[in-house]
Amino acid sequence: MDGPRNKSGVTEMFGVGHPMLTPDEWTIILLSLKVGAVAMVVTLPIAFALAWLLARARFPGKLLVDALVHLPLVVPPVVTGWLLLIAFGPRGPIGGWLMGWFGVSVLFRWTGAAIAAGVMALPLMVRAMRLSIEAVDRRLEGAARTLGAGPGRVFWTITLPLSVPGVLAGAVLGFARSIGEFGATITFVSNVPGQTQTLPLAIYSALQQPDGDAMVWRLSAISVALSLAALVASELLARRAGRGLHVF
Amino acid sequence: MSFDVILSKRLGDAEIAAAFAGGEGATVLFGPSGVGKTSVLNMVAGLLAPDSGHVRVDGDTLFDAAAGVDVAPERRRAGYVFQEPRLFPHLRVRANLLYGAGKGAALDGAIDFLGISHLLDRWPRTLSGGEARRVAIGRALLSNPRFLLLDEPLSSLDRARREEVMQAIEHIRDVRKLPILMVTHDAAEAERIGTRIAAM
Repeated sequence: MDGPRNKSGVTEMFGVGHPMLTPDEWTIILLSLKVGAVAMVVTLPIAFALAWLLARARFPGKLLVDALVHLPLVVPPVVTGWLLLIAFGPRGPIGGWLMGWFGVSVLFRWTGAAIAAGVMALPLMVRAMRLSIEAVDRRLEGAARTLGAGPGRVFWTITLPLSVPGVLAGAVLGFARSIGEFGATITFVSNVPGQTQTLPLAIYSALQQPDGDAMVWRLSAISVALSLAALVASELLARRAGRGLHVF
Repeated sequence: MSFDVILSKRLGDAEIAAAFAGGEGATVLFGPSGVGKTSVLNMVAGLLAPDSGHVRVDGDTLFDAAAGVDVAPERRRAGYVFQEPRLFPHLRVRANLLYGAGKGAALDGAIDFLGISHLLDRWPRTLSGGEARRVAIGRALLSNPRFLLLDEPLSSLDRARREEVMQAIEHIRDVRKLPILMVTHDAAEAERIGTRIAAM
């Protein structure tokens, strides 16, 4: 036996023969990071506001809001994607407005992929942030009030800093979830290389190709590594939140 | 007249009621655990709304159910030393002390008598019980309070620490001349600190 036949299937699969990523693969990874980062940054304040409402406010219909926020966690992602398509389509309430006022559409664009990722990440982020807000000792807020701090200053100097570890944990988790988004994305904005083809979509495409095995292995390894790093980071931050410690 | 307080509050099955008035010095609310002494302090500080009655300090009305007056806690200028120190865990001792002191304030000699100047760069979780209690008293004093609320300020301290904190309170009462409203269930403390004692 000679030549390529000597290589075991495993080294072939791990791409040892081609340790470098191809330019296309770099495009996929960078696009995934961009989509994940934008989804996370835009969703962060929305998730925090919802987490705050659910943790602190009392209002009629709170249970319904709670359920709606968690809906993307349990509804089939393809349904979420289809609903986004209706909402952001050219005739949809949001899509029509975007087109009419700004002349833009998010369909088949990375911005659409970020919207899908953000919606799917929202429940996870809200959960983590809500727990950290609920863990803040409200007696400290009372103490700050007696020291002359109004509700706004109490929020910025006591509540927010003490809930920051949990907020960051939620953000990291949301970022990881965004990078892994598949079903809603492919339904909503399709699988366009360079625009909406993030890691999971690229892996799905590579699986359809007869010679795509090495690419599948490399991209999967990167997905697992990113997810693992995010989970560890999120867990470490959440533990800090649990002990009421500062992050910095 | 420093304190003029009549209030009542229903909390669950318990009815909390207190009425006392007093002049200079320290007014001690004395009574067994569970009669609502801490709730009275919270109502004077504005952290808990009474059902009825009024709270006046030095002639200023902080709360009056009949007149619909309820001054926000941050504008009552109560120096409240809670039963547990409630130091902010994410701020060092210095930042805790200055939290209520206003922008650009610096530590002056006003709290030297507390003996905490060597603790300024420590985190609250590294303090002993007596140190944390003295920092909490310093934080309340530096917020430029109009009156002081002390909730069992000597509980869970050993004998030496108790004496330190006791002397600090006497200093505030006699030298700073701040009106003090203190809660305790210890008769000896009540006797020593109190200019007058209101039993609950």
